[in-house]
Amino acid sequence: MTNILAILKKQLKDTFKNKEILIQFILFPVIAIIMENAINIEGMPERFFVTLFATMYIGMAPLISMAAIIAEEKEKNTLRVLMLSNVKPAEYLTGTGSYIWLICMLGAIVFAVTGKYEGKAFWIFLAVMAVGILASLLIGAVIGTFSRNQMMATSITVPVMMVFAFLPMLSMFNETIAKVAKFTYSQQINLLISQVENMKLESTNVVVIAFNVVLAAVLFGYAYKKSGLA
Amino acid sequence: MNREEHIVTLKNIRQSFGVKEVLKGIDLKVYSGEIFGLLGPSGAGKTTLIKIVTGQLKPTDGEAEFLGKNTTKLSSADYKRMGMMLDNLGLYERLSCYDNMKLFAEICGVSRKRIEEVLHGVGLWESRKLAVSGLSKGMRGRLAFARAILSEPQMLFLDEPTSGLDPATAEGIHQLILEEKEKGTTIFLTTHNMFEAQKLCDHVALLHEGSIVEYGEPGEICRRYNHENRLQIRLTNGEKMELINGEASARQVMELLQKGEIETIHSTEPNMETVFMELTGRRLV
Repeated sequence: MTNILAILKKQLKDTFKNKEILIQFILFPVIAIIMENAINIEGMPERFFVTLFATMYIGMAPLISMAAIIAEEKEKNTLRVLMLSNVKPAEYLTGTGSYIWLICMLGAIVFAVTGKYEGKAFWIFLAVMAVGILASLLIGAVIGTFSRNQMMATSITVPVMMVFAFLPMLSMFNETIAKVAKFTYSQQINLLISQVENMKLESTNVVVIAFNVVLAAVLFGYAYKKSGLA
Repeated sequence: MNREEHIVTLKNIRQSFGVKEVLKGIDLKVYSGEIFGLLGPSGAGKTTLIKIVTGQLKPTDGEAEFLGKNTTKLSSADYKRMGMMLDNLGLYERLSCYDNMKLFAEICGVSRKRIEEVLHGVGLWESRKLAVSGLSKGMRGRLAFARAILSEPQMLFLDEPTSGLDPATAEGIHQLILEEKEKGTTIFLTTHNMFEAQKLCDHVALLHEGSIVEYGEPGEICRRYNHENRLQIRLTNGEKMELINGEASARQVMELLQKGEIETIHSTEPNMETVFMELTGRRLV
């Protein structure tokens, strides 16, 4: 627990000086606040921008941050120093992952407040966001662990992030894309977010999200075995 | 120093990466309280060997032991006995010197007072609030050294600790290394700097293409390869002369000394670089 807390505190200090990561956490909540308050087109679904940007936030912020942080630590040898200082890989991943999860949950609260969710809907929204952020964290950990350096991590993160962050938006306009997108956790999260106030959790939602998480866990196992953390 | 007690033991260590054999049967012992130098040119296998000794790499064959324990099975307690300064320093660039130290102090369960003590020791206390990205190469080296000794380890692994540093900064690091030795810390040093090895090490092993080609005390190795065994003398009139280092030349040298005609006098024993060249046909760098 001491090591996890130490990693978490280190990450907190580091992020305020790391603009590339900091912007991931701030960008979409800020855009959602502006768009939700500034644009009101007739016939537009309620909380359109909150739903849209919250899904993008899930698909981008945790995934990019986790992959970038792990890849940078590998490239700069700091992760090896941590491992040689008796920090276990699980402690490092838990410390870094919990930090990103907590920061992203702050972003989720901003979305919830912007969407004016109240009572039960507020907590359901946060719970759905929490699950989505966790799934993205796991995928980010796969990329970060698999990559030898930041450049390799970026080249893998960008296409993966585009699939998960943008497919839900594109599926609004294209039925074919929607047929493919329904197999991604981000699309299922998007569907759940859009019905937070009248939640009907279907088995498809749970199965697809669970399948995505299990697949990410298997890939993480492979990446860890192949590349290791340090 | 208890010569019988050894901290590191390597038995027939072999390491291959694909078809390339990097280490070819290394046998070594590092004794308690000594500075052991692993000397060799870049690519000789020094970092690979240090990775094996510290349990970062499992050897293809052979057995490596740290305090009698196989290095592939080191526990948390064993790692607490090690301090490491790696070739790539592994510092958090955006964090300050103090925050870098604080992270490892929390991990190792070390007090804040010890951070202050160590930063004072390496001369970085005044710069403690500076981000690592703003430090000079020498300051970074000192910070990495400070982190390595933070938990007062029993053994320090220093991988090329003065590589790329100016002579004055390197001298500062040498003093810090000697201070740690005075405290009883055993030091495993890799270097391709022969002067560093000669100045600091109790024992050195010369590593060439994955094999140890010579082992011993630096002075003793140099004396062993002193084939010429001559005296080189420069007289006050500028003349140079070379005499056999033996009884036959004693009278001549004494006369010159008595007349005050000797400006400089040197024996011809080789340095580590010359020995390495004789053994391998190449330079250390």
